[in-house]
Amino acid sequence: MQHLSIFPVLIPLLFGAIMLLPPISRNINYQRVASVIGTLFMLMSTATLLYKVNAEGVQLYALGGWQAPFGIALVADKVSSLMVLLTSFMSFAIMLYAVSGQDKGGAYFHPLFMFQIMGINGAFLTGDIFNLFVFFEVLLIASYALLIHAGGKHKTQATLHYVILNLVGSSLFLFGLGILYGTLGTLNMADMAVKVGQLQGETATLAKTGALLLLVVFGLKAAMLPMHFWLPKTYASASAPVAALFAIMTKVGVYSIFRVYTVIFGEHAGELANIATPWLWPLALLTITIGSIGVFASPGIKTLSANLVIVSSGSLLACAAINSEEATSAALYYMVHSTLASAALFLLADVMSRQRGKAEDRFVRSRPFAQPRLLGFAFAILALALVGMPPLSGFVGKIMILQATQSTTQTMWVWPLILLGSLAALVTFSRAGTTLFWRHSGNATAEAEPAKKLEIAGIALLLLASPLLVLFGGDVSEYTQQAARYLHDIQASAYGLLPGVAQ
Amino acid sequence: MEGLYAFCVGLLTACGIFLALRGRSFSVVIGLTLLSYAVNLFLFASGRLKLNAAAVLGQSEQYSDPLPQALVLTAIVIGFAMTAFVVILAMRARADLGNDHVDGTLPKLPNDTQQKTGGNQ
Repeated sequence: MQHLSIFPVLIPLLFGAIMLLPPISRNINYQRVASVIGTLFMLMSTATLLYKVNAEGVQLYALGGWQAPFGIALVADKVSSLMVLLTSFMSFAIMLYAVSGQDKGGAYFHPLFMFQIMGINGAFLTGDIFNLFVFFEVLLIASYALLIHAGGKHKTQATLHYVILNLVGSSLFLFGLGILYGTLGTLNMADMAVKVGQLQGETATLAKTGALLLLVVFGLKAAMLPMHFWLPKTYASASAPVAALFAIMTKVGVYSIFRVYTVIFGEHAGELANIATPWLWPLALLTITIGSIGVFASPGIKTLSANLVIVSSGSLLACAAINSEEATSAALYYMVHSTLASAALFLLADVMSRQRGKAEDRFVRSRPFAQPRLLGFAFAILALALVGMPPLSGFVGKIMILQATQSTTQTMWVWPLILLGSLAALVTFSRAGTTLFWRHSGNATAEAEPAKKLEIAGIALLLLASPLLVLFGGDVSEYTQQAARYLHDIQASAYGLLPGVAQ
Repeated sequence: MEGLYAFCVGLLTACGIFLALRGRSFSVVIGLTLLSYAVNLFLFASGRLKLNAAAVLGQSEQYSDPLPQALVLTAIVIGFAMTAFVVILAMRARADLGNDHVDGTLPKLPNDTQQKTGGNQ
């Protein structure tokens, strides 16, 4: 199966395209079946890909047979195959949730969902930086349309901000790419990593400008301060399956930061070595701080989970700033945990708000839930995971991040902020749980809509990941350590991908 | 030639950024369009500007880099699609929110007496 690396891009593309054609496009039930089958296929192919990469090493796929650095290459290494598996698992669970009625708000939900997954998978797999831009645009244009799915004033306003910001971001991305191509003469990431060490003087300064412009763009995607203002409103107003899928979008930004500033502008970049680190430090710490303040101030669960996404982005950026193997390994583990947990919280918030009538997801006194035990249990598990309490995966992830700090100064800055962020989440979750489950006015009415079986299955699948990440914690962390070692080893992550180039 | 080219790109970028920072969605869209024009010209120049140099081997003594031209083509297509989307979205926002401010509400100016008097048309 030499074509396995491209399956995560091809499967959603084909299914998305087929769903636009009659007779499937006319019947929502056909579309639902096709979507579930499509995401299931993707899950199987990405799991096989991960198994193969783990057994045989990096899979290099030259599109059209044009060899790197001239053609576009897809690179399935341990990092990217983990990320595509995460995307497929998450999209399968979200699709189970969406097919039970959340997809009816507007036309073309299913094809757009598929195209967005295609963009996300492509952005993870590509080894060419211009191709990364193209896949960013694919996932963005699908996300614009998905965000406004089901309509409404709030969505229109949030989408307008989101679209304008991301269009400016795309322009900056292209400016950065133009500068880098002008100075380095290549767009293949491995080739860039090899050539960047030779830059000197004015050319190096120019390349530095381009590289930092890219940091702005990735920071915008990753909700890094001060480019995080769009996130809470956007995520809180999106419909539940869309918001849950968006949980991985900030991770695409963080992943790009890891890939570009570890492999290309890492230790071996000569004059440009570690250029992002001085910027990432203060911004990551401020992002955690502002996210924690946002967590305290959240009036409802959706805003709360959006702010938790900002906190987790900040923690991941702090790992990128520490810039060591242990930190990258911790970041990969934490990325898997936080993506799945925040996606589950977005879905759960939707189920809850549908049972509470006008109070929706706000922390106010309201009528009791129709299914208090089920929802309470799910909420408690999620709260434990997201706060970072033992025995769930949030605890392991946060411990790994805390252990990755290297000097006393780093420990002095990172430990208090991450722990205070957890405290903020703990306080808010306790307050939210108390109000939502124990303070009631009136009685449960018949109009409250109980969660459907598939919805529960989707949320349960995401919830199950958290204890599994702990049970198989040894294997997972060993895998992330190997992935991090690969990313920090320029011999493997750059020279190894270019046949015929010696160090 | 390079100086004039750089000046044009710079001017387009400056106008684009200025307009993108305005409050009304129409000028923001125009700003984004100017910015994407500037980006396209900039990308084109990243392969260096050369005269009498076709991007085909054997046609002339010198040849220019064909890759930026391919990049520009991609960027134009994507930029065009995005502009079309943002125009439709701005119209939808004008209809949904009742005004064309990007925030959805018109900011109140300190000496704004129009609302009290009903304004003089």
